[in-house]
Amino acid sequence: MATLLDVQGVNKTFGGLKALDDVNLKVEEGSVHAIIGPNGAGKSTLLNCFVGRLKPDTGTVMFAGKSLLGILPHQINQAGVARVFQTPEIFADLTLHENVMIPTFAKTDGAFRINAWQAVSGRKDVHERADAILQDVGLYEKRNDHSGSLSRGDKRRLELAMCLVQDPKLLLLDEPTAGMSRADTNNTIDLLKKIGERGITKIIIEHDMHVVFSLADKVSVLARGHVIAEGSPDEIKGDARVQEAYLGGTHP
Amino acid sequence: MLNLARKDLLLLAGFIIAVAAGPVIMTPLGLDYPDILQKFAIFGIFAIGFNILFGLTGYLSFGHAAFLGVGSYTAVWSFKLFSMNPLPAIIFSVILAGLFSALIGFVSLRRSGIYFSILTLAFAQMSYNLAYSVLTPITNGETGLQLEQADPRWLDTAVFGLDYGAALPSSSLFGVSMTGYPGFYFCAALLVICFYISIRIFRSPFGMVLKAVSSNQNRLNYTGINTRPYTLTAFIISGMYAGLAGGLLAVTDPLAGAERMQWTASGEVVLMTILGGTGTLLGPVLGAGIIKGAEAKLSQYNDSILTGFYDFLPETLQHAMVSISGLFVGEGWHLTLGAAFMLVVIFLPGGVMEGVRRIGRLFSKRKRGSGDAASQPAE
Amino acid sequence: MDDLLLQFLNGLDKGGAYALIALGLTLIFGTLGVVNFAHGALFMLGAFCAVTMRFLLGTSFDTISATKKDFLGNPLVEETPYVIHWFGNVGHAMIEYSVPVSILLAIPVMLLIGIALERGLIRFFYKRPHAEQILVTFGLAIVIQELVKSQFGANPIPQPPPDAARGMIDFGVMLGFAPGTVPYPTWRLVYLLFSLSIIGAVFSFLQFTTFGMVVRAGMADRETVGLLGINIGKRFTIVFGIAAVVAGLAGVMYTPILPPDYHMGMDFLVLSFVVVVVGGMGSLGGAVAAGFLLGILQSFTSMNEVKSLFPGIDQIIIYLIAVVILLVRPRGLMGRKGVME
Repeated sequence: MATLLDVQGVNKTFGGLKALDDVNLKVEEGSVHAIIGPNGAGKSTLLNCFVGRLKPDTGTVMFAGKSLLGILPHQINQAGVARVFQTPEIFADLTLHENVMIPTFAKTDGAFRINAWQAVSGRKDVHERADAILQDVGLYEKRNDHSGSLSRGDKRRLELAMCLVQDPKLLLLDEPTAGMSRADTNNTIDLLKKIGERGITKIIIEHDMHVVFSLADKVSVLARGHVIAEGSPDEIKGDARVQEAYLGGTHP
Repeated sequence: MLNLARKDLLLLAGFIIAVAAGPVIMTPLGLDYPDILQKFAIFGIFAIGFNILFGLTGYLSFGHAAFLGVGSYTAVWSFKLFSMNPLPAIIFSVILAGLFSALIGFVSLRRSGIYFSILTLAFAQMSYNLAYSVLTPITNGETGLQLEQADPRWLDTAVFGLDYGAALPSSSLFGVSMTGYPGFYFCAALLVICFYISIRIFRSPFGMVLKAVSSNQNRLNYTGINTRPYTLTAFIISGMYAGLAGGLLAVTDPLAGAERMQWTASGEVVLMTILGGTGTLLGPVLGAGIIKGAEAKLSQYNDSILTGFYDFLPETLQHAMVSISGLFVGEGWHLTLGAAFMLVVIFLPGGVMEGVRRIGRLFSKRKRGSGDAASQPAE
Repeated sequence: MDDLLLQFLNGLDKGGAYALIALGLTLIFGTLGVVNFAHGALFMLGAFCAVTMRFLLGTSFDTISATKKDFLGNPLVEETPYVIHWFGNVGHAMIEYSVPVSILLAIPVMLLIGIALERGLIRFFYKRPHAEQILVTFGLAIVIQELVKSQFGANPIPQPPPDAARGMIDFGVMLGFAPGTVPYPTWRLVYLLFSLSIIGAVFSFLQFTTFGMVVRAGMADRETVGLLGINIGKRFTIVFGIAAVVAGLAGVMYTPILPPDYHMGMDFLVLSFVVVVVGGMGSLGGAVAAGFLLGILQSFTSMNEVKSLFPGIDQIIIYLIAVVILLVRPRGLMGRKGVME
């Protein structure tokens, strides 16, 4: 299988603190790759390097043969990377249907286009695509509701729909079940499994082991800014270094 | 038709009828003279444009009066140099205000929130101060820019061979003078066009993205949308609307002064938009009408009219009421404006349109309430 | 050189006024999180405290002179202010020093106004968006302004400084320049010293009292202080009252420099906001530093030498600086990172 995302020798220092220490990572096309690690291991820092929010001090981040460094979030999205946030980021003042149509327009019409003279209602292609994805995540009945009034679990569903409607090559999931009840977590896992059938490559940042082991094909363990282990979920479960990182991670 | 949904088509049709019948509708209020009707239309255009920026993107500009001023100056210069025809005047006004707003918008939109408001305010105050001082050759400083007998008007004189004689000319559209009712209908036609454009923008994918800017700009960036050109375009469009309004002010009354650019004038268009209903199609026009109408009406009142009004009261009470109400009318109508504005922001942030909606909901609920009473007694 | 010194001095008193208004704005923004567009109106109200005080002190009764006649030959009607009738020479002094005496009136009045505004209006806007705060205080400013206009009229009302502070101080002589090259009105020096002492008082209040400590902690991290179980609401009221008093006092003492009229507040408000932004939103030291800095810069750019190089620069310098600061260093000169960037 081809490598979709290739991270080579990434370093990042904040003040005197080494947040990322020579991180190397290869994400295979079509795989579900989990990045786990104790708090403060550098997971979020690493993710922010993929999406244009942080620039690493050294190293390269290549996506499908192109560098992701030094370009803006919307350009990264246009290149085919969609992102789910820890707390769902949606357009709370708009309806669910509009929430999904906007990413669809971003996909069909690009990052900027003055399409002020056409009517939204005239764009049948966008309507159909948005409706289909709302069906898939089970929110079609609420399509005309304001999204601000949704439950946390439903907001997450909507956010996933907003990503999926763009058919991204890579989907970044930053703790997709953080702050959720057990039931909502299981629902989200089921939904992510269902999405898995589409064959979209995913990176999941997570510390909930239950989520990781039910979804991931491959797991990378990050501790103190360094990748200390990599392998299938089963290999990781038995790895002594991982257990040490989690249990004794605070000791030098 | 016109590429509008049925609902919007009805809205536009109703709007056209209301505007065309403006003189009749305003008769009971005593506001049926052309001067004030022109003001309704012109400030309606100004507020519609402002709403495209503030109502959709949430960016609160405190400097839009600068574009109004630029529009006025440009129109007067067009009269002086080229022709008394209003068409080139407003075309130049719109273009120049557009260029000016592109410049200011490009810089100001690098920041958001209250910093954006202060940047626009700073630019507008700079323009105002410069118009008063260094730019006097262009703006004629404190006196304001006026037409003169000796103006070249070369298009009129050289091409059309018009001679205005000894009197100062007034703006005229192919022979129809732009004062009085013809002036109103000229402004009204443009108001309708501007309203139509605003409906189209609101219903377009472009407008939907602008609404998303005010909702969650971060998400929008990660959704693959480059927000800055969108907000800049909205800023320029609203600047062009302001330029058109400024140009029309000069068309109906050919002079331009710097006070039109002062920040209180920017505040006024904010008031109009909020009072009517931010982000609604009809609200800004209503707000402009209410404020300009109240200004015309309240500033007419004086103590003797009030004394007549409170005639039914005992004398001491009558005096008390006259002196209290006297604060709010005549010279003091700004007090009414400020107080009304506070009340709206405190109790009805959605403006008049929100009030209309609430009343509408109250009625529909009552209707439904009586219908559902049998089926849902628990509620 | 002497020109530069003169312009420097001229900038200081204006800078003092900017600094005092900006200080209150920042205090309110930092602790209450409210953008107060009515702060200029409070400055103006302070100025009209001085007008009122002078009016009160001048209230007279009429007596018919036994000896003097007017030009028609009728007995002359003489007005004797009550304070002179009651207190004699002390009364004379009170009228003479009506501007500084007004401080006694301005402190309780401005405190009451501030507390009433906070309790009656501002506190309902803590959790509402900044845009709505701007709009409601903008409406409030119009209301205050129009009420003052209906009471005092639209024309500026000059307030004389006390005779003792009426003349010029020749700074040039002290520094070895020829006499008369650096004349500086005495009252402006008084104003500068006054504003410095008010600034000093506010800072030491914040630095050395428990109350001030809580306020500073609140500016640094509002949520945490709220969690400590400290009654924030009451303190907010007092902070707003203090800010109102500071703005009011700035207004009282400014009246001999600029005759007050009803819209002076708006003119100063716009500039003070720019000052706050340049200094850094939420930074008290920044507000003071930027106030003086911009006052001095404005003064320098009004020199003919500068104006001939950059025509009109004195009119726009403050705004120009604000634009540059906002673009290259959005947090302002001394603002903390992350505050409303």
